[in-house]
Amino acid sequence: MSLTSPLGRVLGLGSAKEGSRHWYAQRLSAIALAILGIWFVVALAGLDGVDLDRVRTWLSAPLTTTLLLLMIGTLAWHTILGLQVVIEDYVGSRGLRVALLIAMKFGFVLAAVAGAIAVLRLAVGVPA
Amino acid sequence: MARRERPLSPFMQYRWLYSNTLSILHRLTGILLSAGFLLLVYWLVAAARGAESYERALSCLASIPMQVILAGVLWSWCYHLLNGVRHLCWDVGIGFELRVARLSGWVVAIASLALAVVLWFVLHGGFGEVA
Repeated sequence: MSLTSPLGRVLGLGSAKEGSRHWYAQRLSAIALAILGIWFVVALAGLDGVDLDRVRTWLSAPLTTTLLLLMIGTLAWHTILGLQVVIEDYVGSRGLRVALLIAMKFGFVLAAVAGAIAVLRLAVGVPA
Repeated sequence: MARRERPLSPFMQYRWLYSNTLSILHRLTGILLSAGFLLLVYWLVAAARGAESYERALSCLASIPMQVILAGVLWSWCYHLLNGVRHLCWDVGIGFELRVARLSGWVVAIASLALAVVLWFVLHGGFGEVA
């Protein structure tokens, strides 16, 4: 039960009905991705080849597994927030807009889960 | 009551300036990076599925059209990162003066290209035949 008055609950939420939550989440995930992205590119550059054994060894280091899982999750989150704005801005018809938003969100959550499971399987060495 | 034609926001009527060019590039590179995310997942899933599917994925990624897309994704990452920092600075109120904003725009455009070229060759060496 919330003790906030009905007026207090809606104040500051605006026409998007969620206040500055989207704006803030986009910035928060952007800062995280700046760090994780630079880590990922530096790590890739230092990998010296991407044959399967080397990728497995690299991925099974706990720090790599942790950061890569974080990057996949944050990347999906930031991508969804960004593409949401693009779709909302440029798709005029309401039905198509809602359908695209749902499909886009389903698609990127699916990709993120598939990517995370692949990382975990490689990290703990589940045989293919 | 008949529905009236609502006026559109005038986003197609603005003069083509460095500022809105850089702004729309931020969106375009963001869209390209979403495709890059899917390629990252493709690479990881192929690796988890074993040597055979990994070999297939690597040769797919090494094809000329894929290399062009990967180069685009790489530059997009450089641009989106640098211009994103520019946006975050604006969010805390830094760099709004016209002169500074114009200068940082040029810096981002040129630096993103330079960074992409450098990274392409660095990663090329590491990836061997792949990228």
